Formats: sequence, structure tokens, C-alpha cells
Amino acid sequence: MTIRVGESASAPSFQKAALPLLEDAQLRKNVRHATDVIQRKRGVVVAETPDWQELRTAASAIKAHTMRHLDHYLTQFEKACTAAGGQVHWAADADDANRIIVGLVKRYGGNEVIKVKTMTSEEVGLNDASEREGIRPHETDLAEVIVQLGGDKSSHIVAPAVHKNRSQVRQIFRERMNLPDLSDDPEELTAAARRYLREKFLRVKIGVCGANFLVAETGSVCIVESEGNGRMCLTMPEALISIAGIEKTIPAFQDMEVFLQLLPRSATGERMNPYNSLWTGVRRGDGPQHFHVVLLDNGRTRILADPESRQTLHCIRCGACLNTCPVYRQTGGHAYGSSYSGPIGAIVTPQLLQMQHGQSLPFASSLCGACYDVCPVKINIPEVLIHLRGRVVREQKSALDPEALAMKTAAAIFASRARFEAAQRLGRIAQWPFQSNGWMRNLPGMLGNWTRVRDLRALPQQTFREWWKARAKAGNTAATRKNNHG
Amino acid sequence: MADARDAILERIRTGLRDVAPTDIAAEYAAIPRTYIRAGQLDLQARLHQLKERLRDYDTNVVETDAVSLPRTIAEVLRSHEQKNVIAADGLPEEILPLNFPFISERNASVDTLNACDGIVTACSVAIAFTGTIVLTHGPGEGARRLTLVPDRHLCIVRAEQVVETVPEAIDRLAPFATHPLTFISGPSATADIEMTRIRGVHGPRFLDVVLVQ
Ligand code: SF4
Repeated sequence: MTIRVGESASAPSFQKAALPLLEDAQLRKNVRHATDVIQRKRGVVVAETPDWQELRTAASAIKAHTMRHLDHYLTQFEKACTAAGGQVHWAADADDANRIIVGLVKRYGGNEVIKVKTMTSEEVGLNDASEREGIRPHETDLAEVIVQLGGDKSSHIVAPAVHKNRSQVRQIFRERMNLPDLSDDPEELTAAARRYLREKFLRVKIGVCGANFLVAETGSVCIVESEGNGRMCLTMPEALISIAGIEKTIPAFQDMEVFLQLLPRSATGERMNPYNSLWTGVRRGDGPQHFHVVLLDNGRTRILADPESRQTLHCIRCGACLNTCPVYRQTGGHAYGSSYSGPIGAIVTPQLLQMQHGQSLPFASSLCGACYDVCPVKINIPEVLIHLRGRVVREQKSALDPEALAMKTAAAIFASRARFEAAQRLGRIAQWPFQSNGWMRNLPGMLGNWTRVRDLRALPQQTFREWWKARAKAGNTAATRKNNHG
Repeated sequence: MADARDAILERIRTGLRDVAPTDIAAEYAAIPRTYIRAGQLDLQARLHQLKERLRDYDTNVVETDAVSLPRTIAEVLRSHEQKNVIAADGLPEEILPLNFPFISERNASVDTLNACDGIVTACSVAIAFTGTIVLTHGPGEGARRLTLVPDRHLCIVRAEQVVETVPEAIDRLAPFATHPLTFISGPSATADIEMTRIRGVHGPRFLDVVLVQ
């Protein structure tokens, strides 16, 4: 089995990858602006939801329950989806998934596909695999179009092009859409994308999408989106293929009432995103008449097998933890060397890769806890990070790897779980790594770099925690504070 | 492929060795659902919230009563100078203006949809709390492409279809759970360029809601 997560197996360590990004003032400005806006909007719509904490509690319980009985719910989904005219495939790893999807596209006689943004497809490297087989994948989400036409990589799981500003987008569209007179007005750029894609929506016969939720009870698939590109890809083609991680399952239709409230508010700061689509198998005379779901493992069963980090699989990919993370906000997503960045990327990537790669990622965090506070399904990311740091140290085989050596010095500290938990209970966890004796020198080293950048000059005079608090007071949202009891 | 299926299920079961056998249905039923299920608002307050939140996300809302509905529809269509308008199959004839030459959905090719000025449909449920209309794509609501390809969507919402909360909507939608379902909250939009909200990307760029009570 070859488990792959984008190109993360060959990615440099976070600490190395972050350095040039920290020097890129434009990128950092773009990322900060975008994450500030989303956080502000999220704050408003979370504050107006009086039962936000109760919704989080329910979501967390639903996901925990589903994971505990995942075999049951997956087979239930398979049965219901099949009964409704869909076909369910199982893919053990990335290559399996690509082979199945490429095979289906060829079976339906296609040499191009239109795609709804799917992180899972990015995880398995579907676009490259398709192109190798002579199939052209057309991304259709505006941000994915920007990334694809720019030959770039996604840097955010919800808004893949946050690192680009309007004039950079104009440059890409001018060259790739052959529109030399295009201005940098977002309205005009969006209109250009509409014209560019409409022809494809009406012509291409095969669609590929991900899944936000798989409803076991009914065999339905749900896609949450804003632009209508999702609806186009789900509705107009003759055949539709959905690739979904096995953890996307929820037990029943009723559970949608919880997730449809949490996901849009967390992801884009909207009460409801413009379009949510649910469909079940094939509907005669309406939409694709061939429908396939590819259920992907690619390392997820390994995560499931570790009770202490099983909650990683509860993630609904809302991106809120990225937007709030003081590390992500400085580096953007590319430093994480994976399709999944930010706090969730830091825990999901190394685990999918069975701790063979991405070992630096659990250290790419200050453990400040902001990610836990905003997570709509209450994943205790700091707890999982600490657990994974321990695993990295324990499982690190190569004593010659300098990073491994640095981490080994921390082994004694990790050895005592009780001390970790005590520290966490006392709320000192955020300061803790900076007080210790050198094992986190990578991060202070990075902080040294951050301070060279104009807007963070004051940093060395404050502890990280103080800086974070001041920042939260100055510009952050009511919601982040409101949720601080997590 | 059966191999991959069996292997994955086997890995799941092995991975879950720590989970004691339980009654799955009972465990599911015990999930704490202390969030708000039933709304508190009376009809007028509920409609008010719906209107406010529809408008907040760029929807044009027009109010009318059952008697004036055909005239109101005609007025809205004329106000945007819409001429080639498609009516969803199954819309009751008495609600459509008589003197307006609608194209029927069943005669509309994709090209017709792409070239028309707009469409008229009903809906199944509207959610005040989120400013959302929900289509179950039965009679009067059109196949999914009908409310997707054209540039302007006029949707008729009846007061009795308006619920306050998302859980109330899900309750009403339960009988249609295996229909295609489309939740629409305002016209399509994007914020992918510097988080500037731009209305109208690929779905209809304009959404008119005619609220009937
Ligand atoms: S871990 Fe939580 S906050 Fe982060 S993307 Fe997943 S669901 Fe959202």
C-alpha cells in the first residue's frame, strides 16, 4: 500500500519551508487580510447563534459515535446508495482511488472532467494521475481555477487562493485566458471566470466532486458551496464521480441539521452558504444518470486505530482553525507541504503518512489552543499535537537525522503524560514550550525570523501568549472570546 | 475491488478493538441534542426575519397575497424586462399571470435555459433563521438544472412554508430525504478574490422571492 498526501512525502520540514515564506511580505499580507475578514464574519454569525456550544457538543458526539461504528455506517451507506442506483467503490490508498476514477472516466469515453473543489482529490493527486492518462481535469471553483491556471498550489482548505491578491489574479487570468485588457476589479475577474467556465459546464460529460457528508441512512451525498460551480458539476454531466474519505460519514439525515448550521458559519462566516446540494444515487430525468462514490482509506484506518488521536477524523474541513492559528497566519499554507495545512494539517498529515513523513508538523504550533476554541466539532487539536509529538520522538528511527536528535532531547519530557495533562489543566500549555530547554529551538528560531518582518517588531518583548491575547483584544471577534471555554 | 472493501472494513474493525460491543441505535439515540430545535417566533416575526435575512444576502423580496400573486409575478418579471421566461412543470396554472407567454420546462433544452431571461418555481420550505429556501425538485420546483443555468430565479414562497429553525426545516424535509435537495441562500456568490463578496458566479445572478400570505 502506498499512502500519499499530495507531495508531502518529499516536502521539506515545516521549519525549512516556512523561512522563505516569512520573507514574502506580499503573501503574508494577503493571508492576514483574508483570514482577518473570515474571522470577523465568523464572529458575527457565531455570536448570533445562541446554541452554538450545544451544536458543537452534538456534532462532536455524532462524529465520535460514527467513528466508533464506522464499519456499520459505511456498509449502511453502501447499501442505501447502491439501492438508489449509485455504485460504491473502495480505495485502499491514493493509487487505488486514481486507478478507479481514471478507469471510470475512460469507461464513459471522456478525455476531460469538470471538478468541484475537493481536498481529497488533491490528497491523492488525482489531477496529475488524470493528466498522465490523457484526461484533462478542469477545476471550477474560482480559487482552484486561480491555483490551477497559475501552476500553483492550494494554501487553504476552504479558500485555496488566499495567498493571491487581485493584481496577481489578474496577471494569471490575462495570460491564461488570453484577456490582455482585464482589470483587477474582483467583479470583472469573477465575470471572466464565469465566461471561461460556462462553456465547459455545458459541454463536458463527466463531473468529479468530493463530499462534505455521506448520509449512511439514506445513501445521500452532500456538497456545500457558494459559486454554483458545484451544482453545475453535480447536475449537468452525464456521469458523476465522488471521492470521499471514509470519515465523511454521518449516521442520519437528521444530523444534517447540526452540520448545516456549524459548517457555513465556521468556514465562510455565512449563516448558510449560497448552495447546499444533497442527492441520492441517480434520479431519472434529473442530473447525471451514472453515479459513483469512491470511499477512500489512504491511512485513515490507522488514525482510527489510535484512540488518542481518533478525533482527528471528526474534522469537517471548515478551515476555522487555520484562520485563527497564529502560526498559519504568519506562514500561510505552503509551509505545511501538504494538501492540509494549519492546525488540522499539522495533525492529519503525519498520521495519514504513518508518522513516516511530516514529522516536523506537530511542532508547527505554539499550543495556544485557539484552534480548539473555534473548532465546530470540538477536536482538541493541542491534545492531539502533544500526543503526536510523543509519537514522533518514540518512533523516530534515524538517529542521524538532525531533527530527530533535537527531538530526542525532549523524550524525557514527553515520557510523563501526567505532567502534560497537569500543565494543560493549569492553562499553562501555551507558554510551556517556550520555557523548556531547547527542544523547541526550531520555533523560537522561526520567531527570530518573524521579528525581522516589519509588523512584528514588538514580538520579542512579549511572550507568545501575551502577544496573542493583545492581538485578540485589538482585532479579534466576540466569538473567539465567547468560545474560549471550548 | 472486493478485496479493498474487505481489507478496509477489516482494518476498521481491528482499529476499533477498544470499543466495547454496544447497541448502536441506543448509543445514537443518547447523543445529546440540547441545541434549539423548535423556534420561538410567531408568524409575523418569522416572516420578518426571513425577509431581513434574504435581503441581507442580496435577494430581492416582494410581498403579496394569494389573490394578487399572478399580477405580482408579472410585475416582477416586467420590472426586469424579462421576456423569455420558463415556468417549472407542475406549477398550478392559476398562480401564473395569464397574459404572460411562459415557456414550459419540458420544452426547454439546455440552450434554451442558457439563453432565457429567467425562470419561475415554487419551493418546499424556507428557513427564517438562515434566509434559505429549499427545493425538493418535485412538481412546481423544476429539475435541478432549471434553477441553475438561467440568470434570474423567481421563487414563490408561501407563508405556511416558512419555518424558523434549521431543525424544523429538516423535520419537514424528512419525507423528501432521498429527493435531490437544493438549499439556496441568496444568489451564487464568491469571496475568493481578497474576500470581496461578488454576487453571481455560476448559478443565477439574481434571486427574486415572492412571499405570499
Ligand atoms: S479541525 Fe476543526 S476547525 Fe479545523 S478544519 Fe477541521 S473542523 Fe474545522
